[in-house]
Amino acid sequence: MPPQLKRLLPLFAVFVILFLVVRYFLVPESFGEHGHYRFNSVEDNANQELHYAGKELCADCHEDQVENLESDLHASLSCETCHGPGLAHSTLEGSVTLLMPDEREFCGLCHSFNPTRKKKMVAQVDLNDHNIEKKCIECHNPHMPWELTEE
Amino acid sequence: MGTNRRVKQSRRDFLKSSAVVGGGVFAASLISPIDAVLFATEKPEDSSQHWWGYVIDIEKCIGCGRCANACKNENDVPREPFFFRTWVEQYTITNDGEVKVESPNGGIDSFEQSIQKEEIFKSFFVPKMCNHCHKSPCVQVCPVGATYDSPDGVVLVDESYCIGCRYCVQACPYGCRYIHPEKNVVDKCTFCYHRISKGLSPACIEVCPTQARMYGDLNDKKGPLVKFLKHHNCLVLKPHLNTGSKLFYNALSAEVR
Repeated sequence: MPPQLKRLLPLFAVFVILFLVVRYFLVPESFGEHGHYRFNSVEDNANQELHYAGKELCADCHEDQVENLESDLHASLSCETCHGPGLAHSTLEGSVTLLMPDEREFCGLCHSFNPTRKKKMVAQVDLNDHNIEKKCIECHNPHMPWELTEE
Repeated sequence: MGTNRRVKQSRRDFLKSSAVVGGGVFAASLISPIDAVLFATEKPEDSSQHWWGYVIDIEKCIGCGRCANACKNENDVPREPFFFRTWVEQYTITNDGEVKVESPNGGIDSFEQSIQKEEIFKSFFVPKMCNHCHKSPCVQVCPVGATYDSPDGVVLVDESYCIGCRYCVQACPYGCRYIHPEKNVVDKCTFCYHRISKGLSPACIEVCPTQARMYGDLNDKKGPLVKFLKHHNCLVLKPHLNTGSKLFYNALSAEVR
């Protein structure tokens, strides 16, 4: 073996070892277990905080309202569609109050007239024409809006 | 002059060199990085796991934007009108064949139709979100392995590993990624992984008033999602890109991009 190579070989070995040491400290735990990524990150994603509780949890306490809601056209709605995320309300025993939107515009998100909306999917009114003075819930029970409250 | 010079090679030499080349290719195929390349492009052969898929029924969407709103609540997405993990678009095709696409604030404040009813040839709402492709262009371009296809078929981001280089934002053909303005890392729909892994439905599906959105296990051949796909003619967006999208649309019009 030529003498110049003899001197280079240990240097080369040092570089390789240095690389392996640095790599050992830089590559995070679980990297490459199921592909070119940190597998523990899947768990990180699964541990994200929840905000929406789901209708079943609402029904534990508010059985009556859920029953009313499910009695007809609004059966497929979730409580949280209108009232917003409710998990904190259920775990903190009512110290967190939920949204109770009563503006005409809120009902209008679904029910204002738009020719793009399929008539068979949703009942629509012209917000600029239909009982302009009143809030929707003055006449319509918010949990059973197909029934008009008597006046 | 010299043009007919032949390389002298005996049969033994030829066989030797062939064996070396063949053996070399075989040895190289045993090295694991090639496995990693295959893994990135093929669905893993494990039917015991979930393989999540998603269906959007355009017939049923009424464009109320509750999905986009709930997504922002559930995932702490910035409220500014240009950061969305999911949003709704209003497509209007006029009698002249002109296609108009609108999505004011992602549809969160619902939609108004500015075109007269008589001039509309057809119009419909298209909710958009990550397609959770199993041959994701975004995953393929990530230089550090910070975005990946999870074993149950969800494209996720490793926030602690992302360097915010924006390659994936450019690579996504569906425009489903954005850079989070505070964290400076990429953010996208996670299929509400924290919810589906606990048996809860994703926030967008939870609040959808018309059940225009559905999710389920594509491995469960008798499950509701596979049944829906069986009985409806569903399409994916941009099928020519061969992204392996797992977001299926019922009643998708050719105008939708």
